Amino acid sequence: MKILADTVHENAPQKTDTLFGSDELVINMGPQHPATHGVLRVKLKLDGERVVGSECVIGYLHRGVEKIAENRTYQQFAPYVDRMDYVSAVSNGLGYCEAVEKLLVVEAPPRARVIRTVLTELQRIASHLLWLGTHALDIGALTPLFYCMREREEVLKIFEKYCGARLTTHAFRIGGLQYEAYDTLEKDVERFCKNFEGRIQEYSDLLTGNSIWIGRTRNVGLLNSADCIALGVSGPVLRASGVKWDLRKAMPYAAYDQYKFEIPVGTRGDTYDRYMVRLEEMRQSRLICLQAIENIPAGPIMARVGKVLKPPVGEVYHAIEAPKGILGYYIVSDGSIQPYRVRIRPPSFINLQALDKMIRGHLVTDVVAIIGTLDIVLGEVDR
Amino acid sequence: MQTWWVELLCALLIVLVVPLIAGYIVLVERKVMADMQARLGPMRVGPHGLLQPVADALKLLIKEDLIPNNADQFIFWFAPVLSVTAALTSMGAVAFGPWFQVARDINIGLLFVVGVSALGPFGIVLGGWASNNHYSIIGALRSTAQLISYETTAGFALVSGFLLAGTLNVRAIVEHQRTENAWYVFLAPIGFFTYLIASIAETNRAPFDLPEAESELVAGYMTEYSGFRWSLYVLAEYANMIVVASVGTTLFLGGWLRPFPNVHWLGWLDAVPTLLLAAVGAYCVFRAGKQPARVQSLFMSAVALACFVVAAIFGLSAPFGHLPLQFMHDGLYGAFWFLLKVSVYIYLFMWLRFTLPRFRFDQLMRLGWHILIPLAFINVVDVAVALALSSEFGLNRWLAMAVTTAATLGAAMLLLRWNDKYSAAASAALLADSSIVEDSHAG
Amino acid sequence: MADESKAPQSPESLRPDVSGSSPAPSAKGASPSLPTRPGASAPLQVPLDNELSRRYRERFGAAILNALEDRKQSILIVDAAQLIEIARYSRDEEKFDLLEDYTAVDWPRREKRFDLVAQLYSFTHNMRVRLKIPLRADELPATLVPIWPAANWLEREIFDLFGITFRGHPNLKRILLPDEWQGHPLRKDYDILQQDIAWVQENLGIQSGQ
Repeated sequence: MKILADTVHENAPQKTDTLFGSDELVINMGPQHPATHGVLRVKLKLDGERVVGSECVIGYLHRGVEKIAENRTYQQFAPYVDRMDYVSAVSNGLGYCEAVEKLLVVEAPPRARVIRTVLTELQRIASHLLWLGTHALDIGALTPLFYCMREREEVLKIFEKYCGARLTTHAFRIGGLQYEAYDTLEKDVERFCKNFEGRIQEYSDLLTGNSIWIGRTRNVGLLNSADCIALGVSGPVLRASGVKWDLRKAMPYAAYDQYKFEIPVGTRGDTYDRYMVRLEEMRQSRLICLQAIENIPAGPIMARVGKVLKPPVGEVYHAIEAPKGILGYYIVSDGSIQPYRVRIRPPSFINLQALDKMIRGHLVTDVVAIIGTLDIVLGEVDR
Repeated sequence: MQTWWVELLCALLIVLVVPLIAGYIVLVERKVMADMQARLGPMRVGPHGLLQPVADALKLLIKEDLIPNNADQFIFWFAPVLSVTAALTSMGAVAFGPWFQVARDINIGLLFVVGVSALGPFGIVLGGWASNNHYSIIGALRSTAQLISYETTAGFALVSGFLLAGTLNVRAIVEHQRTENAWYVFLAPIGFFTYLIASIAETNRAPFDLPEAESELVAGYMTEYSGFRWSLYVLAEYANMIVVASVGTTLFLGGWLRPFPNVHWLGWLDAVPTLLLAAVGAYCVFRAGKQPARVQSLFMSAVALACFVVAAIFGLSAPFGHLPLQFMHDGLYGAFWFLLKVSVYIYLFMWLRFTLPRFRFDQLMRLGWHILIPLAFINVVDVAVALALSSEFGLNRWLAMAVTTAATLGAAMLLLRWNDKYSAAASAALLADSSIVEDSHAG
Repeated sequence: MADESKAPQSPESLRPDVSGSSPAPSAKGASPSLPTRPGASAPLQVPLDNELSRRYRERFGAAILNALEDRKQSILIVDAAQLIEIARYSRDEEKFDLLEDYTAVDWPRREKRFDLVAQLYSFTHNMRVRLKIPLRADELPATLVPIWPAANWLEREIFDLFGITFRGHPNLKRILLPDEWQGHPLRKDYDILQQDIAWVQENLGIQSGQ
């Protein structure tokens, strides 16, 4: 039984602190595991059933995307960003296109911005639905997964009708959109949103008041707001710990400043609060979609950018509120057709850092629930 | 004594037919699961998946028999055999209807059942240990701890029923429910519900299925078992389900009694079995026409024919007028009502499995020891008090039971409140450790 | 593959240095050689002279090598020697409590080869600032983990992909690449072709044929 040597946080109880002085056990939640949502390896140091320390080993899905970016043109790189957080590809595309547009100092036309908002909010709903289904499945509720997949199917059908792809959509282009909104887009979105409120109520009926669910998620994986900010954690995890902050309201992008929506906040920063925050975010996304499709402005969908993009020398950092957290793009241009450096600030990577803090003191069974509640996608963690 | 061949026949039927029935319970579970999850379930193998268990059994039989290298060969073989033997033997004293009981009129009836089925955990812990796998033994120990914890609750709950019945003899219990004109669930509801919860935990069903869950760190005692050995464990689990459902039905749900057996104007209920089977047959005929492949429609028609034949037998033994097969009435109709109630009980198991999330192990143990055992014990005391009141002091039995049930419910509320306070304090103490931010500001 | 082999040969002399860490005189006014968008009314990169930069300059003086605004985003170029103090001041006094991102950029033709780029955000002021720290190839910057614990994995990633070692980091190991990987891929002189040929030769004993 090998004991982890130098990866122990200063606060971890030393061997003399353990109640019975027994040897500590290192268990491996290997890269292949039904519940780590991708290739993630977590080495757990246990004292009996309690976790006293942990170490994440990542990089199994590292594809060198940032290096690839230095050898592609700006437009050629756009499909690559879909493959990072492959569960919510549209958001990645939005962040990248808007970052390059900032670099070029152009603005997408209003019609494109509104359609982008609608698709991004639909993608947020789809991402949260997948999260909810798999998280509930990890905790043992077998049924919500299928209900969530049923709704997600509707959203993916809309994407397929719009741009031809369900998962890695490459929906947006630098400067606006390539495809005009297809003729029944507004009707489809409206029909989806009208049904969706009842469906959210279904998930809520199954889980929210269920005392077993509450017992599994209350006070599990606590992360207070000071720790969140110190660790750089963002997204629903940050909001669940009590910080009422959303990048869509703080620094609006696309068309978010035109719509009214609430920011759900939690109080305790436990798994239950994160569940409630994401459930409420789905409701708010639905409201944004409904507001947006009421009034999509007419006009062009593409700004006047040339075929060959050569942004002026300089650099830009642009971030959006992706479903997982703050997704930032730092792009350095040297005036040529290929970026000099593209840095992607991955929310899942930085949120995953908090895992060690969150699982200390919990039972091994809770580790699965806590990994699920962080909502990580390994494609984004590793890039 | 001269009917020893009846008992032998019953025993043979149990050993031969229960595995088949267990396979079909698996199919029913998959179909019920699919229905609750807005999908269809197995549809391909046989019409509506009706031949799925056959395909599954064949597949499991022809799989390679893997035994881990350092496993204890004999015990690795023996453990699932032990589980199955315990489950099937305990069925010996269960009466599926007034005629079908292997250990006929055994006077310790249900005690035999409970006692022999308590040998099941042996099979689990031996199997986990013999696998020579770290995670198997942890899963096996968890499962065993869960089973022995909830057996106490189940026992107490059954005792409250036994107090009402005054006997352990299966036949006598049902007879008393007939003369009392009430199923014991109405007299001792808390006993029934406690037994229900304990029986879910006894059979490792969700929400108590942590030892078997796939998304847990340990994959359970069945990890190293594959093929036929694994299917023996599954058979043991489903046979156990049938056993606990049968015990619950016998003691609390009136066994093989028709609902309202003594009410004369509800005598038309005796036509229900025939009509039900005929309706199932008709539906099968209807669906047979819609099957895509000829083989499937033929099979469906065969199922329909079987349903009609059984419906005819039931019809010919109905207690109306003078029908030829009326001598079979008690056995057949009793078996029908008994199996219907057992099916409802098992459907409840399935319904709970697909609705509720899973308990964490410490929550499971806390529920068993801190809440259910005290509650079951208080229930026994209250039932005894009620019976004493009614027999010694002439109080109406129903009134006495109602009063003491209310008292037990009050005790349950108190237990829950104390438990909430305790567990909140425990988890708060556990998670109060220093924050990262303080370190960084200090540094 | 074709792209990979093109990279080292692309004319780097055509790529002007954008980090702005050139000595003070040229930063005073907009250099005429800085490209602007044709028809744009204002140049994109201008010196930054607002409350924020004034406070920093007042506090740290020469350690603030330059203050720029590029596309309306504030950039402060600071000296590596005073990194910890500047970071602590940013977090405590200026309330930049979120380390939003921490990365590096490689400018191999420059004497100070690397640029550490820290993106900071303040919840109280709803404001971002970018700190750029130029480093020589052999320089060891101090770790920011005591100030922002978020820097833990971010610095590990910089070490992994650029080879910059941080003094005092609790656990400086490779994070994305396997522990035994040779080389630092995001450096501009990282030649994957050479690595591939060497690996194939060593492990398979044949010519790579790429």
